[in-house]
Amino acid sequence: MKRCLLCENDTAIQSWRAFFGAKPPTLCESCTSQFEKLSGPSCNVCSRTMDQTGICPDCAAWEKNIFLSNQSLYRYNDAMQDLIARFKYRGDYALADIFAEDIRKVAKKMSYDLICAVPLSPSRLIERRFNQSEALIEMAGLTPAPLLARHESDKQSKKSRAERIGTEQTFYPIGDAKGKSILVIDDIYTTGATIRLVADALDGAGASSVKSITVARSGS
Amino acid sequence: MTNAFFFSGRELTDEEIPSFPDLHHFTVRPGLSDPPQHCHRCGNTSNLSSHPCVRCGKRCTYCRNCIEMGKISSCTTLYRWIGPEPAHSKRAGMLHWSGTLSAGQKMASDNVLLAIQNRSEHTVWAVAGAGKTEVLFAGIAAALSNGKRVCIAAPRADVVRELAPRFEKVFPDTPPAALYGGSPDRNTYSPLVVSTTHQLFRFYEAFDVMIVDEVDAFPYTFDQSLQYAVQKARKKESALIYLTATPEPAWQAEIQAGSRDATLIPARYHRQPLPVPKMAWCGNWKKSIVPVPVLKWVKEKEKALVFYPHIDTMDKALPIFKEINLRIESVHAADPLRKEKVEAMRRGDIPILLTTTILERGVTFPGVDVAVVGSEDRVFTESALIQIAGRAGRSINYPTGDISFFHYGKTEAMVRAVKQINEMNALGKERGLLDS
Repeated sequence: MKRCLLCENDTAIQSWRAFFGAKPPTLCESCTSQFEKLSGPSCNVCSRTMDQTGICPDCAAWEKNIFLSNQSLYRYNDAMQDLIARFKYRGDYALADIFAEDIRKVAKKMSYDLICAVPLSPSRLIERRFNQSEALIEMAGLTPAPLLARHESDKQSKKSRAERIGTEQTFYPIGDAKGKSILVIDDIYTTGATIRLVADALDGAGASSVKSITVARSGS
Repeated sequence: MTNAFFFSGRELTDEEIPSFPDLHHFTVRPGLSDPPQHCHRCGNTSNLSSHPCVRCGKRCTYCRNCIEMGKISSCTTLYRWIGPEPAHSKRAGMLHWSGTLSAGQKMASDNVLLAIQNRSEHTVWAVAGAGKTEVLFAGIAAALSNGKRVCIAAPRADVVRELAPRFEKVFPDTPPAALYGGSPDRNTYSPLVVSTTHQLFRFYEAFDVMIVDEVDAFPYTFDQSLQYAVQKARKKESALIYLTATPEPAWQAEIQAGSRDATLIPARYHRQPLPVPKMAWCGNWKKSIVPVPVLKWVKEKEKALVFYPHIDTMDKALPIFKEINLRIESVHAADPLRKEKVEAMRRGDIPILLTTTILERGVTFPGVDVAVVGSEDRVFTESALIQIAGRAGRSINYPTGDISFFHYGKTEAMVRAVKQINEMNALGKERGLLDS
């Protein structure tokens, strides 16, 4: 018997599937049904839902850097917002397991040389006890490379879009990524400001390109 | 309010304490026990997880059960005040109440007072509408006069919000601190506390009198850790009072055998018998959604609650009822307009309200009739059915009411519910607590 990570009810798995080595689900059906997997036409760069596949105006407007594209798994709806808040702010590390298999599958299809986590500033890291981006990577059975660190700064989630886009660089390289293509894994993609700053810092470490996987795509 | 007042009786994490007034007045213990680990705040033993922790540099275990109240890890420290206890105001126990108790209430009130003085345990089994809150007044007044700290624990935040003003009215010199998730009172001290059972997690051996309201109600009965909270929050030498309208079968047996000290109030305050539910076969309601007898019943009513076992069948039924009257509405636990709809029902703007079991207890609509559709469903336990029946005939102006269990096959729970209501009426009559 395995319990749903969110509601504590039993998760159902047909016994014949377990017999053939299927992993029991982390959530029950009712909790799973609250989350919306992203599918259908979207922006090739940022995973935003669109009428037709292409490049959205926001992405077209960004200055070019070595960031290539982001792939998000879920829509950032109310249920996902609650889940990520519990994972990141309440510190319920075990919830990273919900996305482990999805992240592993998507990462497997991508070509990259190294995986990089989005670092937290030292004080934020002490406050949270773990880095949510590293937790997602480790739970997916992958290994982050120590390429970046972060200065102290204000919280990104408390800022408006304009403030985020004008955000100054707080990431800096601490490792060597010369000529490497990098995969960054994080919880939320909102305006793309964070991942572009990460990409700039990775550029400073010598990286050739940056892609990302994020659990949720926020914003319209 | 000094800091010491606030800390007294509480056990908090360093993150919940903004600054330490007198460090030598605190004692500490880790958030989790030694292996086999359990959470020192909520008692959880099974729902633990772990991760590499940046703070302590080790793989750190944490509690997933009470994490919404702030995380308890093996490297968390819990702080407890061991300094002097704050003194009560001189008038703390002054009771401002001029009502009178019924004969049944008086007996219960005397026994509660005795249990509080003797620091013993007592259960008040009072039918819906007996007036169980008033039964507590004398005991609480005596406790507060003697410098004791009193807590009334209720299963849900809306019950806390309803109870707190009633106690504030009768103990105006000791306004109670009302504690629930996000409550404005959470940083205040009062010797009289009305709290959800969840908020008790933050107390340690604080109360001389612990009163647990609706002891049979969800989630208290299902959650071992809430029972842990009640035991942790009361002093070792303290009185424990349970209130219930529908004790679970094991408790009923103990009360009847005399092994559980209890007072039974079998009659309502208005001295009229409890209306007895009728049973009516209605065929397969899952197929018909609104069976013909139910439709006929609703058409004859001016003001009624119609209970459905599940949201999906209720959702399908609503449009059919709206053909009778567009003002008919439905409500369930996750309904964002839940509060507004209950208010509208109370005002009389909604004539018929379809509902799940969320309105089974704690609400009073004068002059309401009650139907249960699919009363054989397993969500309708004996106690749920008695509570539902208890919604009818509450007011002295409308002491009767029609209660109908529409079913597709009688269950033991239905039969036992009707039997218990009949027994209460017989007992009320025998003890002279009824006028008719």
